[in-house]
Amino acid sequence: MNAITEYFGNITQSLKTISIGMGVTFKHLFTPAVTIQYPTVKMKLPERSRNRLYVNMDDCIGCDQCSKACPVNCIEIEIIKSTPEDDLGITSSGQKKKLHVPVFNIDIAKCCYCGLCVYPCPTECIYMTNVYEFSEFDRNNLIYNFAKMTPAEIETAQIKVKKMDEETAAKKVAAALVAAQAKAALDATTQTSTPQQPTEPQ
Amino acid sequence: MIDWILTQFPDSILGYIIICAVPLLFILPYALVTIYLEMKMSAHMQDRVAYMRTGWHGTLQPFADILKLLQKEDIIPTAADKFLFILAPYIVFIGTYATFAVLPFTSSYIGSDLDLGLFYLVAVSSLVVVGILMSGWASNNKWSLFGALRSAAQIVSYEIPTALVLLSIVMIAGTMNMQQLSQLQSGGISDWYIFGGPFPIVKKLLLLPLMFILFLVQLTASMAEVNRTPFDIPEAESELVQGYNTEYSGMKFAIFYLAEYANLFAVSAITVVAFFGGWGSPFGSFMSGGVWDLFWFVLKGMFFVSINIWLRWTLPRLRVDQLMYVSWKVLTPFALVCMILIGYILVAF
Ligand code: SF4
Ligand code: SF4
Repeated sequence: MNAITEYFGNITQSLKTISIGMGVTFKHLFTPAVTIQYPTVKMKLPERSRNRLYVNMDDCIGCDQCSKACPVNCIEIEIIKSTPEDDLGITSSGQKKKLHVPVFNIDIAKCCYCGLCVYPCPTECIYMTNVYEFSEFDRNNLIYNFAKMTPAEIETAQIKVKKMDEETAAKKVAAALVAAQAKAALDATTQTSTPQQPTEPQ
Repeated sequence: MIDWILTQFPDSILGYIIICAVPLLFILPYALVTIYLEMKMSAHMQDRVAYMRTGWHGTLQPFADILKLLQKEDIIPTAADKFLFILAPYIVFIGTYATFAVLPFTSSYIGSDLDLGLFYLVAVSSLVVVGILMSGWASNNKWSLFGALRSAAQIVSYEIPTALVLLSIVMIAGTMNMQQLSQLQSGGISDWYIFGGPFPIVKKLLLLPLMFILFLVQLTASMAEVNRTPFDIPEAESELVQGYNTEYSGMKFAIFYLAEYANLFAVSAITVVAFFGGWGSPFGSFMSGGVWDLFWFVLKGMFFVSINIWLRWTLPRLRVDQLMYVSWKVLTPFALVCMILIGYILVAF
């Protein structure tokens, strides 16, 4: 008897659960879809969303802090010293710029959007924008070059700094020479009184 | 209508070929509509929207799908049994297509007005099993073979409840002719066999619950026969890759696909003819005859196709033993008991 009640119980239960399930799917058939038709309709991004990086080169002082902070080493920075007569201008926060930045590449393909490069920047010139549609057919196109210096400018800056370096080196040599001569003269005057030679203890 | 076509083409071979091709005129547009319907229904049940880009709300997507399948590379595995591999999809399609010969689309059109219509239907739809087994074996792939074996077991066991249900209908109607079966129920909605058939009120009321049970049995069994979820264990993607048609691609895959959808309509049409008055209008002689017949037949057929789709996207898949349980321990006994009771009622009243 027990088996028979179980048998019919199972059948009624399955009929019941199937109709419940069908009720659920039928209800959902008429609920509005949650799909967003992406390229035509876009989702609103959260306020602090982190997407493609941008560097405002006018404010960059070439301190290399962002590059050091990056966990995947995707920022490549090269710098050239400026000579004292160069005026590189000041950043928007009033800091004097002292270094040329001829190379500032970010390999956005490697970037993991962690945002770690953003915080150490002293002038807040590297930051994340809300652009997220930048796929490319060639991976090399994802290496973004932010530096603004033309090759000619780079060359002049290099020549200048070389000249300056040479001058300082020459000055140093001259200074060293002068110092040596002075020392020699001093030595000559003190040579007359022979210093006591330490005698070896017996 | 058949006679009319034959008189148009005195060269009888050509005439018969044209007659054979007539159901294709229905199947092809029907398949396109159903593919679209299924995608849209399944998507909306999951709160999605499905195709939106090809044409207005993606209406051209089925055409794009067909086009894609047509121009795909047709791969035949090296280790496959070439002859059987190529033959299999066509056998499956023929098995399905042959059932369309006895479907009474309107009161004036039926491919072949067989006196043994229902019997022929049950017999010929088993041909699909041969094709499926063939494809599974010829693919030389264990998943395909598993799928084919499961499918064979499933279709063979679910044919029994179907046959019993149809037998009960034959007992009530006294005919196996599909056209006469529809004719008997053409007196409007109350004459449909699901509501007890065209009988005096007492007999009708006695038959009604039995017919309802038989209808549920038929609905379940027909779903199993088309290998669709919750009875899709032959194709169980999570276990068997894609079952018997794993190795198929391109045109041959498209034919399997087409056969599945055609079969879906065929089994729905059997339900319609057996329980819902075939081409008969629900309002008796109002809105009946000519094109209306076709309209009602297709509408009812599509209604059951939609129910199938609806169930498919509602229920999870059964286990193999559960599948056998449902067939042998639930559907078959119920159909058998109903049949015996119907026999008693028919004799006593
Ligand atoms: S966001 Fe992270 S990974 Fe990307 S450049 Fe900045 S520090 Fe590197
Ligand atoms: S931390 Fe800011 S200022 Fe320093 S190199 Fe990076 S971007 Fe330029």
